[in-house]
Amino acid sequence: MDKFTTLTAVAAPLNVANVDTDKIIPARFLKTIKRTGLGKSLFADMRYNADGSEKPDFVLNQAKYRHAQILVAGDNFGCGSSREHAPWALLDFGIRCVIAPSFADIFFNNCFKNGILPIPLPEAEVAKLMDDAGLGTNARLTIDLERQVVVRPNGEEIGFEVDPFRKHCLLNGLDDIGLTLQHTAAISAYEAHQPAWTPKII
Amino acid sequence: MPKTLFDKIWDAHVVERLEDGTCVLYIDRHLVHEVTSPQAFEGLRMAGRKVRRVENTIAVVDHNVPTSPDRLTETNEPESALQIATLEQNVAEFGVKYFPMSDARQGIVHVVGPEQGISLPGMTIVCGDSHTSTHGAMGALAFGIGTSEVEHVLATQTLLQKPAKNMLVRVDGKLPAGCTGKDIVLAIIGKIGTGGGTGHVIEFAGEAIRALDMAGRLTVCNMSIEAGARAGLIAPDETTFEYIKGRPFAPKGADFDAAVAYWKTLPSDEGAHYDKVVVLDAAQIVPQVTWGTNPEAVIPITGTVPNPADEPDETKRAQMQRMLSYMALEPGQKIAGTKVDVVFIGSCTNSRIEDLRAAAAVAKGRHVAPGVRALVVPGSGLVKQQAEAEGTAQILIDAGFEWREAGCSMCLGMNPDKLTPGQRCASTSNRNFEGRQGPGGRTHLLSPAMAAAAAVTGALTDVRELV
Repeated sequence: MDKFTTLTAVAAPLNVANVDTDKIIPARFLKTIKRTGLGKSLFADMRYNADGSEKPDFVLNQAKYRHAQILVAGDNFGCGSSREHAPWALLDFGIRCVIAPSFADIFFNNCFKNGILPIPLPEAEVAKLMDDAGLGTNARLTIDLERQVVVRPNGEEIGFEVDPFRKHCLLNGLDDIGLTLQHTAAISAYEAHQPAWTPKII
Repeated sequence: MPKTLFDKIWDAHVVERLEDGTCVLYIDRHLVHEVTSPQAFEGLRMAGRKVRRVENTIAVVDHNVPTSPDRLTETNEPESALQIATLEQNVAEFGVKYFPMSDARQGIVHVVGPEQGISLPGMTIVCGDSHTSTHGAMGALAFGIGTSEVEHVLATQTLLQKPAKNMLVRVDGKLPAGCTGKDIVLAIIGKIGTGGGTGHVIEFAGEAIRALDMAGRLTVCNMSIEAGARAGLIAPDETTFEYIKGRPFAPKGADFDAAVAYWKTLPSDEGAHYDKVVVLDAAQIVPQVTWGTNPEAVIPITGTVPNPADEPDETKRAQMQRMLSYMALEPGQKIAGTKVDVVFIGSCTNSRIEDLRAAAAVAKGRHVAPGVRALVVPGSGLVKQQAEAEGTAQILIDAGFEWREAGCSMCLGMNPDKLTPGQRCASTSNRNFEGRQGPGGRTHLLSPAMAAAAAVTGALTDVRELV
């Protein structure tokens, strides 16, 4: 997993609530056995016409947002399916940070596993960043994870909360599994005390 | 301190509590399917890791299997075939128990787990699928995870998690005739919204929940994710124990008695604290149907499509307008009488034998309306066999329904069963998102009985007029 420390980039505004993971990546693109290559299918039904041509109005099809690395979105972002293909598609497109008033739990979790920082902020703060994002390449946002601030183009800083353990993993690009395996002895001890009636799937 | 059902299951599975409150949480049951597991097994392979506990793990194909009668011999879509073949290589290499398409036990993972007695009260159950919340009906803490977490569970049999908050949804009173668990859960989502349960585990309680059979409870918990909840839970009781007894992977004999003794300790203690409480009166529930493109956009079948002009919030108003335009509905239009092209009875929400019986009760002696395609997709091969043996299947076949093989089918548009652009579908599934059942498809969520009513009349219909 790539580290996430600071990021200064163009932010794309997607002022839509309840962007579900079927919107982020429709199910027909989940038939892959790889994590990579999904960026072209990101937001497929919002981004392309039935004949495969681009819908010019969609934010990521506009020249100024083609290289956006931050997405500013509406409430309850990432609701629906647990598909990790959603953060994989965002990451493959180049998005490293999503800012929204709220996120669905599973999507929120999945982001951290892939070096993407989801930042929940109060609606009024998101509205300011949505306006900044609307300025396109003229206005870059800076995300400083160490200091837990979003820096607006005018220099104003907006603080955000992040779970300390997840922050540590993102800053250092750590793989959870390696960390958990340090607890193997405790896991074995737990297993030794499971009730005798616990059935086995064999 | 009095504990909730969630607190009890959580506490019983904490292997270690880290400094910041993150827990190493033990996972009793890991359900694996073809779509969200290939990258996880690949990760294990690259790191030279094994599956820590194959005896806690079960794999099944469901999402992209065809449901046509000759699916074992016909050619599947190449990418789907590759995902299935990859799962088959992985279960063989890592030694995981697996139900292939040719096995009568194959079916939708959330139907198979309870049916086989794999999902039991008090357990922690995960799967790379958001509808894992279904298994909460067994009195288990069950939730969906992403593929990285699938790999984490395969490697360590644990997850790193912080506890959720407790939410109680109490449904008092008696459910009127013609209403089902599906109508209860749609009414709940309509009340609390798609984000109403975010960060919480919802415990469903009250007289109307207790009165539900296991199929109804599984439907309710299935859709708790549609309210944003991490999981849904129903306390185990005699209905639960009776359901489990004798199932293939359930404890037997003295072990069963020991298990029941433990399961009886699980219900929430008197005075346990909930961070949020919502109360509904079951008697007020009318058969529900969605009109928009998320599950909270739901109204009674006797209702009319809402008017965006009545919505003060500008963002919400714009969203409503977009939903109406996508769904091709007019504000103020009566929802009953809206013509449908397709009826889908199936999915992890409503494909159990009780669901098929409810549909058959409406379809009996009637026929699918001209021009309507109606599919019935049993949740597992065993549900299919049972329906065939008892005559339920024949009633549906005689009424003109397609009788298909088990799988996720038209719930999610990633196998050959899809809507075409503009088609309108009365569906017993769980999500009415844009394009969910196929690009441009229009979904109305409802119960199996209501779906059957739509099939035989050709339009959204109040099932109470037909029974």
